[in-house]
Amino acid sequence: MAKAECTPKWNTLALRNRKTCPTPEKSFQTTFTPVSKDKNSQTAGHLAGGDTQSSNGPSGQFLARESIESPSKVLLMLVAGLSFSTRLYKITEPPHVCWDETHFGKMGSYYINRTFFFDVHPPLGKMLIGLAGYMSGYDGTFPFIKPGDKYENQNYWGMRGFCATLGSFLPIFAYLIVLELSNSCTAAIIAATLLIFDTGCITISQYILLDPILMFFIMAAVLSMVKFNQQRYRSFSASWWLWLVLTGINLAGALGVKFVGLFVIILVGLNTIWDLWRLLGDMSLSLVDIAKHFLARAFALILLPLILYVTIFAVHFVVLNKSGPGDGFFSSAFQSRLIGNNLHNASMPEYLAFGSTVTIKNLRIAGGYLHSHWHLYPEGVGARQQQVTAYLHKDYNNLWVVHRQQDNNSQSGNPDLVRHGDIVRLEHKETTRNLHSHLHEAPLTKKHFQVTGYGINGTGDANDLWQVEVCGGQKGDPVKVLRSKVRFLHRATGCALYSSGKTLPKWGWEQIEVTCSPYLKETPSSQWNIEDHINPKLPNISLSVLKPNFLEILLESHIVMFRGNSGLKPKDNEMNSKPWHWPINYQGLRFSGVNATEYRVYLLGNPVVWWINLASLGLYLTMVAVASIATQRGFSLGQQRIEHSLVLVRGGGLLMLGWLLHYAPFFTMGRILYFHHYFPAMLFSSMLTGLTLDILFRSADLLLHPPYSYWFQRAGQLLLLFSILYSFYLFHPLSYGMTGPLAHEPGSAMADLKWMDSWEF
Amino acid sequence: GWEMLQLPLVVTAQVDLLLVLVSLLAFWTRLSHLSYPNAVVFDEVYYGQFVSLYMKRVFFIDDSGPPLGHMILAFGAYLGGFDGNFVWNRIGAEYPSTVNVWSLRLLPALCGALCVPLGYLLTLELKFSHLSALGAAVLLLLENSLIVQSRFMLLESVLIFFVLLAFFSYLRFHNAPSSSWSRYNWLILSGVSCGAAVGVKYMGLFSYLLLLVVASLHTWKLIGDKTISHMNVCVQSVHRVLCLVVVPVLLYVFWFYVHLSFLNRSGPHDQLMSSAFQASLQGGLSRITRGQPLEVAYGSQVTLRSSVSQPIPCWLHSHKVNYPIRYDNGRGSSHQQQVTCYPFKDVNNWWIIKDPGRQQLVVDTPPRPVRHGDVIQLVHGMTSRFLNSHDVAAPMSPHTQEVSGYIDFNVSMPAQNLWRVDISNREAESEVWKTILSEVRLIHVNTSAVLKLSGVSLPDWGFRQLEVVADKLFKAHSSSLEWTVEEHRYGTSQEQKEREAELHSPTHIDVDRKISFWAKFVELQWKMLTVKQEESEHKYSSSPLEWITMETNIAYWLHSSTNAQIHLIGNPVSWGVANLSLLAYQLLAVVYLLRRRRGLKDVPDGVWDQFVCLGCVCVGGWLVNFVPFLLMDKTLFLYHYLPALCYLYLLSPALLEHAHTHLLRYAHQLQHVTHQRALCVGALAVLLSIFLTYRTFCPLTYGSPELSAHQLQGLKWRDTWDILYRRR
Repeated sequence: MAKAECTPKWNTLALRNRKTCPTPEKSFQTTFTPVSKDKNSQTAGHLAGGDTQSSNGPSGQFLARESIESPSKVLLMLVAGLSFSTRLYKITEPPHVCWDETHFGKMGSYYINRTFFFDVHPPLGKMLIGLAGYMSGYDGTFPFIKPGDKYENQNYWGMRGFCATLGSFLPIFAYLIVLELSNSCTAAIIAATLLIFDTGCITISQYILLDPILMFFIMAAVLSMVKFNQQRYRSFSASWWLWLVLTGINLAGALGVKFVGLFVIILVGLNTIWDLWRLLGDMSLSLVDIAKHFLARAFALILLPLILYVTIFAVHFVVLNKSGPGDGFFSSAFQSRLIGNNLHNASMPEYLAFGSTVTIKNLRIAGGYLHSHWHLYPEGVGARQQQVTAYLHKDYNNLWVVHRQQDNNSQSGNPDLVRHGDIVRLEHKETTRNLHSHLHEAPLTKKHFQVTGYGINGTGDANDLWQVEVCGGQKGDPVKVLRSKVRFLHRATGCALYSSGKTLPKWGWEQIEVTCSPYLKETPSSQWNIEDHINPKLPNISLSVLKPNFLEILLESHIVMFRGNSGLKPKDNEMNSKPWHWPINYQGLRFSGVNATEYRVYLLGNPVVWWINLASLGLYLTMVAVASIATQRGFSLGQQRIEHSLVLVRGGGLLMLGWLLHYAPFFTMGRILYFHHYFPAMLFSSMLTGLTLDILFRSADLLLHPPYSYWFQRAGQLLLLFSILYSFYLFHPLSYGMTGPLAHEPGSAMADLKWMDSWEF
Repeated sequence: GWEMLQLPLVVTAQVDLLLVLVSLLAFWTRLSHLSYPNAVVFDEVYYGQFVSLYMKRVFFIDDSGPPLGHMILAFGAYLGGFDGNFVWNRIGAEYPSTVNVWSLRLLPALCGALCVPLGYLLTLELKFSHLSALGAAVLLLLENSLIVQSRFMLLESVLIFFVLLAFFSYLRFHNAPSSSWSRYNWLILSGVSCGAAVGVKYMGLFSYLLLLVVASLHTWKLIGDKTISHMNVCVQSVHRVLCLVVVPVLLYVFWFYVHLSFLNRSGPHDQLMSSAFQASLQGGLSRITRGQPLEVAYGSQVTLRSSVSQPIPCWLHSHKVNYPIRYDNGRGSSHQQQVTCYPFKDVNNWWIIKDPGRQQLVVDTPPRPVRHGDVIQLVHGMTSRFLNSHDVAAPMSPHTQEVSGYIDFNVSMPAQNLWRVDISNREAESEVWKTILSEVRLIHVNTSAVLKLSGVSLPDWGFRQLEVVADKLFKAHSSSLEWTVEEHRYGTSQEQKEREAELHSPTHIDVDRKISFWAKFVELQWKMLTVKQEESEHKYSSSPLEWITMETNIAYWLHSSTNAQIHLIGNPVSWGVANLSLLAYQLLAVVYLLRRRRGLKDVPDGVWDQFVCLGCVCVGGWLVNFVPFLLMDKTLFLYHYLPALCYLYLLSPALLEHAHTHLLRYAHQLQHVTHQRALCVGALAVLLSIFLTYRTFCPLTYGSPELSAHQLQGLKWRDTWDILYRRR
């Protein structure tokens, strides 16, 4: 009931509010209050009358839109102008590789060169960077080896300019979103100003990074969603469909750049569920109508993004068809697709034979090759014998020789094939130790046994014997290279050779643990395949590996990406940024330069902006609490107050939810975190600030009488604007570059600006 | 009064026989043969060491949980006259006859037994029938894993007891008529139980937060009730906040108060704490530092301890060995005397504070104290070298400056041995440099770099001691920059030989020093939350998703010669029932919600409220006690699932009752009766099978009788369970 009543109020009030926007509120109050009251009583009689509402809403909005069109357009142009000029200013400075440009620039080049690589993020962002580089005449030859490398004559401005352009849209989107949510130009302008003059947002937009692209899609998705929400009274109209589909497209874009895009998908998802819940409660709609609504959303927000996302990967795999640095992360079948890989049109003996030299790959996705090296397990970790691990890269130490239990080397003629049930001894080619296991705990997986390299020149003991078992095979079946799934069962203890997927500590060179599992269930972790197979005594046969289909490739690359992501653990001595550092702007990131002599760029938010944001979060919670307790307790509030509390609860609630969704999950993440992970959340926080402060200023009449309250409101706005501009003037060298002494030394241009000891500029 | 006496003296008592019965059974299952096995079982080896330390009143830190749990176990030990003289070093070690095993295990077992009647009462407070309550009690009673966990010196049963008590008493409060004042007793009891639950294990926090959410929802409803006056709403809300927030917080602090006032002797974990903290403990550091002069003066002889205890606590140190001219990687050094950080007490840890303007190394009378901002020199006591730093890359951290004991090689490398004293806690303490209390940074005057412990160990040429550097770019609040004076005395010897003798002599003069309880509390709490122990996988650790289907078990004890053994294995049938009811509730809730939204009320509002409340407490309880583990990076065990499981056992019978009374209503009248009968028969059959499985697994629960290898094989219901067979 209450909900139905609120909606029309919202509209009529919106109308009044929009008109007040360019001019002082007072003069309009008298004219419009009776109108809104009238409409209220009118619509209250039509609680179930969806028609009345829907005809009311758009026409009211239409009228309102006319009246604010001109000033808001001017403001929008102003926002756009400032935004582009702050972000494109000094875009080519510094003319060397900054921070993560070394990764993303390199990956852009890979796309231009069509070389296959592995990265933990989905491909869209890097594809766009590559495309921007290609369009602007960059030829993909710059190696991007490490930060600080001079670009010389390379056309890097195109890639930077592309990112900066997308970054310039953020304040514009923020302006439009807040305008939609609060119907107040002031709120929108505050939000946009905060973002335009934030040094952090400027810095992060100016380099070849994924973040501006990601944030572009996130904000575009939120904007489309908010616009779509406004279309609720013209279901299935063209503009309704437009914004719905745009939301879906942007969601796919956000997820296609980084998995952080998932958070905005959750935001849109929650909003949609809320919307559907509202529709379900609308008894004027039949179940068929609701089903239509549901299907439309399912199509545009689930199916469409999914198709687009998959398409992005399809393009990725089609473009990258040459072997490159990322091959080893993927299965044998996957590698056979890549031109230049040794498995591409491979030619080797078809069946595994005794005396062959082989590499053995675990079937778990990103399971690695069976590997050993001249290092022992350290003291206290099982027996002090040679390490056996799984390694993701191709390496000589991955080679093993297959021997019989008792080797008589005087074999002539064709070597015997290894068959299901045969006992073998696997000798590590480089170190001549045998693959060995015994009843010691494995280093990490304590339920399993340790696997070591033991013996010398092939002489070991009974614990070196393994029984070959072809999965799904029978006794006597030969082992097909590349295609058979093989298990190695330890003769003495009956356990199966297993790759646990856990990363060994430093002593194990951060390779993957290999154990012997007493649990004999067949899982990919305990299954292996023979990848390279060298036996000069056998004829090489051209083998066509079963080419994986697209869905398998997609699944595999995702699992590899997730593994990679969670594998990014903080190193022991490395300073790790903690999520609670971020909103207080505790510590930035060095983009370029460390010493006094270098050209330094430091990613750090404008402290005034960030601390205003932080304070506003608290303020927002207080204001919402007061407003909702007053409502719940049934205090009679004026029209204007009710309107304000609605904006706070709905518009503010959405932004608050966005902030939480883009911030809170980082507290649970085990992977290494950086300051720049906060920027999507910071966008939401700034928008919330705009909305909150605007309502705070407008509520000045709670304490002050009309003329003073109006002056107070203006004074507050001016003060806010001035402090943001002045702090930007102070801190702009952070983004546009500093040289000379560091801030804590005398004579520095930034001398008194090191407000926190933790800042490093 | 006279009339009163004329009335007959009558005692009217209503005894719920069912409740009495289940309680008796609970005590019987949990308490019988409690002292068998007479050996250390599983984590007793872990908690036992703390119990021993309690008995000896020796300070310790345990990052696994707040102190109440340990205190309860220690209280049990105290009742049995345990003197703390037992070495808890391995699982399976026999207890000597001097240790009263029964009393060690009594309190957890009592708590475990009381969970059963509490489950019964809680179901009643959720407004379900006695039959449902009986069902919940039976599920809890016949759960093998709960029995195992209760019967040993472990804390889960205590935690579950307090959690159930908190919910029971809160609901009792909520259900009581709002006019009665006595209901606030229940609210206070609820707050106390919450404080106790969080005090036993941090895991209690999950249930506490859930209770707060439920209470806030109820309060929110109260605020919306316009029939009650503003004043009344205010008073009631304040009461709730007091009882459910303030009381638990105060209690939590109180546990630490008791903990810290009990444990006043120094012990194995001293080194993790600050010097001030250590000085407050008897023995250990306080024995050394008792009676030291408080204010550091020019001429003072001091040892400087790094404030950071990672990787290990250590003292600023130098010795008569120089940095190698070239390091292994080819970089050069100044070849001056090494300055390191050394984790052991040593005479080479002594430094003398010198006024740069004067020559003498003795303290004036009266002593001239060093203040914040003063510039000093530090002279190494045994070698008389000045602490020096210069623009030479440090051995292991080349981005920082080397720190050395200055030797003049005449290679135009002038001495840069002035250091400014920066007392970082001067607001809290004072401007004057104080022994133990002041945290000092030494800022190199020439380069404004700060003396810092880098935490890296030097190679063999540095005797694997820790590297000390001077760093220009430092993190502001890093404690690796801060140094405290630990041992301190006023130097009196003019000559080097005398001074060396003086440095070798122990320090002692008498003054007592105390730090406040709050400072100790904050420090201890912070250390407990930040001390990182090497998290490695345990042989019996498991992942949360394995708990739902009980893919895992834990072997608690194996007899030293026979196959008798105890395992943490749940009752598989009850486990299945719990999962089933969880699923059923969620499905039912979704259907109800969607239909209500369309205006179809399947159940009357009262029943709906009851259904929602059940969900909030039971499904909510399961969620908050399970989902957080999915996000944790810790070594986890099956027993972490037990609190969540208890909530499901409360849910199952209540949901069955709901289905019985409200769902079957829709069937045709005649079918209705048959359906109800079928349901009853089904429920009975399930109960019977629960009892039978309980019986089946009893040998693994109680550790007797011993089973043959073949029988054990038969009990291995899942391939992933580890059951032990002794090879004969």
